[in-house]
Amino acid sequence: MTCTFEYQLLEIVPADERVSLAEIKTPVACCNPSTHILTLIIRLRLFAGLVELQPRPWFCPRMLSPVLCSDLAALEPEYTEADVISTVEFNQTGEFLATGDKGGRVVIFQREPQGEYNVYSTFQSHEPEFDYLKSLEIEEKINKIRWLPPHNPAHFLLTTNDKTIKLWKVSERDKRAEGYNLRDEEGRLKDLSTITTLQVPVLRPMDLLVEASPRRVFANAHAYHINSISVNSDCETYLSADDLRINLWHLNITDRSFNIVDLKPENMEDLSEVITVAEFHPHHCHLLAFSSSTGTTRLCDMRARALCDQHAKLFEEAVDPSRRSFFSEIVSSVSDVKFSHSGRYLLTRDYLTVKVWDLNMENKPVETYQVHDYLRTKLCSLYESDCIFDKFECAWNGTDSVIMTGAYNNYFRMFDRASRRDVTLEASREMCKRRAVLQPRRVCVGKKRKETDVSVDSLDFRKKILHTAWHPKENIIAIAASNNLYIFQDRLTPSGHHNTPEIQSAPPK
Amino acid sequence: MINTMECAVDAQSLISISLRKIHNSRTQRGGIKLHKNLLVSYVLRNARQVYMNEKYAEIYRMQQYEEVMTVCNEIQELNPLDLVEDCEEQTADCCGSANESASLCGALLPVSHQAPSVQHLQPSSACSVPLALQSEEVCKAPEPSFYRSCCAEAYPVSNCDFSPVNSMHCNKTTVLDLDTHVVTTVENGYLHQDCCASLQQCCQGAQSPAKKRKLDFGYYVSEIEEVPDFTPCKRAKFEDSSYASTEPLDTSNISNLISIFGSGFSGLVSRQADLEQALNGQFCSKQALASLGAWTRAIVAF
Repeated sequence: MTCTFEYQLLEIVPADERVSLAEIKTPVACCNPSTHILTLIIRLRLFAGLVELQPRPWFCPRMLSPVLCSDLAALEPEYTEADVISTVEFNQTGEFLATGDKGGRVVIFQREPQGEYNVYSTFQSHEPEFDYLKSLEIEEKINKIRWLPPHNPAHFLLTTNDKTIKLWKVSERDKRAEGYNLRDEEGRLKDLSTITTLQVPVLRPMDLLVEASPRRVFANAHAYHINSISVNSDCETYLSADDLRINLWHLNITDRSFNIVDLKPENMEDLSEVITVAEFHPHHCHLLAFSSSTGTTRLCDMRARALCDQHAKLFEEAVDPSRRSFFSEIVSSVSDVKFSHSGRYLLTRDYLTVKVWDLNMENKPVETYQVHDYLRTKLCSLYESDCIFDKFECAWNGTDSVIMTGAYNNYFRMFDRASRRDVTLEASREMCKRRAVLQPRRVCVGKKRKETDVSVDSLDFRKKILHTAWHPKENIIAIAASNNLYIFQDRLTPSGHHNTPEIQSAPPK
Repeated sequence: MINTMECAVDAQSLISISLRKIHNSRTQRGGIKLHKNLLVSYVLRNARQVYMNEKYAEIYRMQQYEEVMTVCNEIQELNPLDLVEDCEEQTADCCGSANESASLCGALLPVSHQAPSVQHLQPSSACSVPLALQSEEVCKAPEPSFYRSCCAEAYPVSNCDFSPVNSMHCNKTTVLDLDTHVVTTVENGYLHQDCCASLQQCCQGAQSPAKKRKLDFGYYVSEIEEVPDFTPCKRAKFEDSSYASTEPLDTSNISNLISIFGSGFSGLVSRQADLEQALNGQFCSKQALASLGAWTRAIVAF
């Protein structure tokens, strides 16, 4: 199988399609079964009877008639801040894709047999709250979503904002009991005098109804902002991490948690680092990794002691002291940590690079990839615009052979580990044409060598791809660009794994 | 050593930008972000370090020139043959001894051995570290080394004239304790073992430096201008007893800075820096730094 880095747009899901209350429409889609190439269309297909959706007072649902993508640009509304996607996550089988946004909503997509992803369920997960004691507003933005491993027909996922974690159950109902004795079909009580016979209610099929209901609420355990959650491989516990502490929870117990890492110093004036991301090992239920703002990643073993402040391993690369700049500390802060699917490697993302670490070697990474090194001379202006604080995520593919991360100007980067080839692709509306294969982009410092090169100065730093996800088994990626969700599929190898990757040049248009 | 080559703006504007960010973060939705403010405080510290480096380099060079000329004239009277040699040695000693990464103790010890070559100290453009190093040595072991005497003359009485806060902490952190919801701005770092009695209490108040702090020789910057920061509530949180003596001194300067920021940054623009030409800044933070009384005193004391 070859790895071509040729990705075709599978779907764009704009904000109002994700969250609007549209009636069921016949999907306008056609898939060419022989080539698995889907023509791009916008479809509105939500299942009726959503239980948890609470329209926000300032939100006006719009109903888009199915249009071809070429007309999309003209119709694109200005987006509201609440529609900005803040997290993207596939479930363990890849059948479902969940997105959370700044408005506290969660939208779940399901993969259809033909291959496209349709909206499956939408619900309001978190609402803005106000902490009266501290006079602080708690944002409803969904920071992380994590799926629980499947163990019954319903689907469970954890969602979290800054302070509260919730466990949601998403289940389908396609049968309804009819023929009750005391109530009529609308639910009104019958007049008892009219009942002459008794009947047994019968289950009859109904239109599919997807319900999302909160099953657990894990609250009041974090004084600082929660930045990550991670489900343990034992499927019973999970961790939640804020800036200074990591807590261990049992999925069934909401009124207490165990603190396993505490970085808060005796004297807050001595504070020198905060926790940025924490994650459990995919196979070893006693191992967890957490990264800090100082650029270090620690591996902790919960068997050693109850409080894991002492790390089992410390992954840190020595920094050349002569290369220190004003922003060295910011640039080295780790923004994301991901274990490989094999559990052998760690992927860390700091502002300019993405690094692969072998768990057996602590003093330096085995691979370092420059994501956008051309920004190194622009750190001052990025600091002024606050862009330097952006937290980019990173992702492994299903076989741990390719890694992906986002960048600015709606670019995202992929690195093939074996061949050391990399590609820069763009997720934007302008290039969505039928059967369009994403053309690689190149950012140049200085003079353009090719016509298609993009100069560093023309990059739009407001368009950033912070959240990306890779299907656990197939070559399908989900990219969140502000309020739009893009789903791309590899043109030649939509399913299957990369064994001997080869890079082929993209075919001419 | 911080490399400033890649930065388009200089240290002063970075300081003002950072302070503005910290100030704005207090009104952001969702509360103060601890991570972001910690990173901003690192930039603030780095910028201040560079700023102090540059400042002291200039001042020291000016001072040193005068001192060398004075001493050379004296030497000439004593022994014309040693003139060139001693002057060179002296210049090398005094100017070549800036060390920011070594511990303070490590830097001080070799000095006491009167090593003519300052191999223990890396020569760098920031010649100002020896100001403190040498002053301490003068206090500690007043041996009549030529090396030290020339420097001692540079600070005849200035050690004891230093306001207590001057020799204190060098690193500044602004942190928000979300458990108690108090924002504090504190400096901590190495303290000088200064011989002056008035400073003894400050030495006892030494806090252990934070784990990854490098020596910031900017201790002379009277923390006064950093300490007051921009919110009145921060004053309440100072628990360090060594600050107690400095508070009366600080208060006037704090209120200065608060009133400056209270009227917006335009308030800073209207103030004039009345120092020597080295301070020809137009930036808000720089003027704030320059206009505070203790800073002026520190410069004059040299």
